[in-house]
Amino acid sequence: MTDAADPFEAIKVTFFQECDELLGDLETGLLAIEAGSADDETINAVFRAVHSVKGGAGAFGLEDLVRFAHVFETLLDELRAGRKPCDPPTVKALLRASDVLADHVSAARGQAAPVDEARSAALVAELEALTHGGAAPAAIADVLALPEADEFGFRPVAFDFSTLAAPEPAAASGWRVTFRPHARMYAKANETALLLRELSRLGPVEVALDASALPDLAELVAEEAYLTWTLDLAAVVDEASVREAFDFVEADCDLTVEALSDAPAATDAPDSAPDLDIAALLARATAEAPVIESAPPVVEVAPVVPVAAPTAAATPAPAAQAAVTIRVDLDRVDRLINVVGELVIQQAMLAQRVIESGLARSSGISVGLEDLELLTREIQDSVMAIRAQPVKSVFQRMPRLVREVGEMTGKRVRLLTEGEATEVDKTVVERLAEPITHMIRNAIDHGLEMPEDRLAAGKSGEGTVRLAALHRSGRIVIEISDDGRGINRERVRGIAVSRGLIVEDAVLTDDEIDNLIFLPGFSTADAISDISGRGVGMDVVRKSIQALGGRISIASVPGKGSTFTLSLPLTLAVLDGMVVSAADQTLVAPLTAIVESLTPRPGDVHYVGGHDAVILFREQFTPLIDVGMVMGFRDAALTPSDGVAVIVETESGARAALLFDAIQGQRQVVIKSLETNYRQVEGVAAATILGDGRVALILDVDAIVANARRRSARPELKLAS
Amino acid sequence: MTKTVLTVDDSRTMRDMLLLALVEAGYRVIQAVDGVDGLETLSAEGADVVITDINMPRLDGFGFIEGVRADPKHRATPVLVLTTESDAAKKQRARDAGATGWIVKPFDPVKLVDAVRRVAA
Amino acid sequence: MSDIVPTAAAAARELIAFRIGRQEFCVDIMSVREIRGWTPATPLPRAPGYMKGVINLRGAVLPIVDLGARLGLSTSEPTARHVIMVAHIGGRTVGLLVDAVSDIIQLTEDAVQPTPDVASDQVRTFVKGIFAVDGRMISLLELEWIVPESEAEAA
Repeated sequence: MTDAADPFEAIKVTFFQECDELLGDLETGLLAIEAGSADDETINAVFRAVHSVKGGAGAFGLEDLVRFAHVFETLLDELRAGRKPCDPPTVKALLRASDVLADHVSAARGQAAPVDEARSAALVAELEALTHGGAAPAAIADVLALPEADEFGFRPVAFDFSTLAAPEPAAASGWRVTFRPHARMYAKANETALLLRELSRLGPVEVALDASALPDLAELVAEEAYLTWTLDLAAVVDEASVREAFDFVEADCDLTVEALSDAPAATDAPDSAPDLDIAALLARATAEAPVIESAPPVVEVAPVVPVAAPTAAATPAPAAQAAVTIRVDLDRVDRLINVVGELVIQQAMLAQRVIESGLARSSGISVGLEDLELLTREIQDSVMAIRAQPVKSVFQRMPRLVREVGEMTGKRVRLLTEGEATEVDKTVVERLAEPITHMIRNAIDHGLEMPEDRLAAGKSGEGTVRLAALHRSGRIVIEISDDGRGINRERVRGIAVSRGLIVEDAVLTDDEIDNLIFLPGFSTADAISDISGRGVGMDVVRKSIQALGGRISIASVPGKGSTFTLSLPLTLAVLDGMVVSAADQTLVAPLTAIVESLTPRPGDVHYVGGHDAVILFREQFTPLIDVGMVMGFRDAALTPSDGVAVIVETESGARAALLFDAIQGQRQVVIKSLETNYRQVEGVAAATILGDGRVALILDVDAIVANARRRSARPELKLAS
Repeated sequence: MTKTVLTVDDSRTMRDMLLLALVEAGYRVIQAVDGVDGLETLSAEGADVVITDINMPRLDGFGFIEGVRADPKHRATPVLVLTTESDAAKKQRARDAGATGWIVKPFDPVKLVDAVRRVAA
Repeated sequence: MSDIVPTAAAAARELIAFRIGRQEFCVDIMSVREIRGWTPATPLPRAPGYMKGVINLRGAVLPIVDLGARLGLSTSEPTARHVIMVAHIGGRTVGLLVDAVSDIIQLTEDAVQPTPDVASDQVRTFVKGIFAVDGRMISLLELEWIVPESEAEAA
């Protein structure tokens, strides 16, 4: 973190945050232009993004960034003015330029390696060539020369508050200023009195007013200007300083500045109040200035952005829509979430105690408790919403990735994104970037065919990768699909056999083969190319998704493409669960996995090979898993008809029936990690604390089902691991 | 009495920088994020001096200044234009719209405060 | 409890002594956060026998290690008279189930003798040394490996 005591550093942090947003806007805009919507507002927005990056970079003296942004901006200004067309080659160059601009920002931030100078210079040349309409690009040396003030419109000036001291005036003799304001000067809210005040800062001023042009009162036109002022300044300053006092109004007045030969050289420049009667001058000057109903002082107590005293302003007041948003340290939000979690538990415990005490449901206490529960829920939802963020920030990084991987592999790729505004917990958003990146690389590298192969297969030469986010039954679902060749099952199977993951004669369904790619040890350096490789296999992707309480699955159709589906909880803090009991233990099953529950009749249950129970559910034999047994809570199996079967569906779509002793009810529970103080336990996703204050385990339904399948002696499927 | 400066800029970085420099110099600062927001804020809260950017979404600096000058209540409120463009055409357009003066970005805090002081009654 | 005499001796440590069966052990007092009565724990599936399960410690999930079982001593089912020492071990908070807390002792390192060969391997893994106080033999425990890191280790 930055030194909060240094406001300048704090602004720099803001600047880089803003850069991320601007770079996102830039890319979004350019992609919209590429897609054909090159309207004025889009081009303007793109221009503004680069312009703002440049503006901030200039303030921080980030010269490399300023230079690149300037060249970029210059071309955009041409497009904006309609002097250059937004043709495809130009847009392609702009997209590449936006990537390099992002590199410059990262480098300036100190987060990445220095920018690839050759690439940057080549793009500068390309942008210049486009700006100057096909003319030979300026020599790199010229482009990179430190800009003169006029060339760039400005020279980077580092922002330095230590210079907040009055500049020293240069030496000269006295000056006579003749000043005749035009009416339009007043229309711009310039005032003679202020100009005189400004001049008098340089030294004693003797004022003579020629009002001879002033008409009779009856003929006076309020908007006209009639007066000529002669101002004799006795100060040791140069002419430029004198003119500077008038530079805002130069074009709106007659102004002459002559040296006073006989003026006694002022020996001491005034550093205290000048001996000029400002009040009197003001009275005269305002008498001349157009009559303006002076705005009454603002007395209404409008909500204003309070500005703390400089010493207190450790962090400058926050930014975008200052009155609407505040920036809060994430730790504070998390503390709040934890406390609210405790509140939920406490409320549930209290409710249970009340029930145990035998109070009537209609009693005042019970009714009050119900209201309390509603309020608690509401607080919890509101607090969770604070952490929710759109997945946009992750999705925005993908177009660049697609371009780069496309270029490297020689494949033509179009990226479609959907549901960028879908919101999910901040931590989930942040930790989605890597798996999504990896899967998109994979989709292009492995999924999509070369253009000629696609054409030969009767497809468009350009492959499509689709990245979508949506909410589905309380979870966020991310889909990454491609229209490529699909999983090569023969090859996957071959690899799995050669790596000892399955036996050679294993009989696997297509779905089972596809899911082999998630097994640890499936991906190795020679199984995957440099691009999708980077030492990360799909098992690592699956692990990182699982660590977020998520699931990953794949569906593939040969010749048509593959779809990876990630399903993640919206928040890492709460879960809707079904509270069940198994062998005296209270457990929680995630509601999202549950299809329905039923009481098995004796005739519904069958035994395969003597001991593996299955239950007929919707005409399908579904494995029946005695949870009390598999969790080791009891040694003898429960008679199915004495218990309740809960039909669950795993992320890969497999169904199973979990046999419990009884269902206690549904409840939202706060997720507590077992790993904080212990470690991961197979078959257990996490823990929670129930109304009675005791810990209950939250079941990992997928793991239990997978485990049961592995354990049931299916001779045809032997997973070596 | 503490003078109020309204800063109108779509860049958070710029708003923060202006805020820092102006607060340091003893001004009270209120902020707006574009021209439309600027006009609304000015009419709701008033200001002694206004500093505005030129390139902004919704309503740019020129339109904003014209809006300020069209309001009898704020016809005499000084407006300084803040922009990286020091080129004569932009400056002239801003002046034609009614800008009182200008500040060239990236601004030197001394010059910024000086410009505000010069136009503040 | 014996008197706690503030001493300037640099090597002196404060230890908390406790009983498991008829044996006495001690750990550094700095690693013990609190001592509380036994409450029934929620068992964990397929956990080693010395893992009694987890309990709720003010909203946190606290694993409970039956220290006697961990040391290979014979143990009985915990009752309300048993105590849990909440200890901080390598960044984790763990509850240690013992029979009773007996003493707070000051000890200098040079009073500690090596664990004699007669002890079992399991005891020797966790006992750093022994020493005598008022004629009682007390074993100094090293808590670092009390909680297994992985399932493989636990199995």
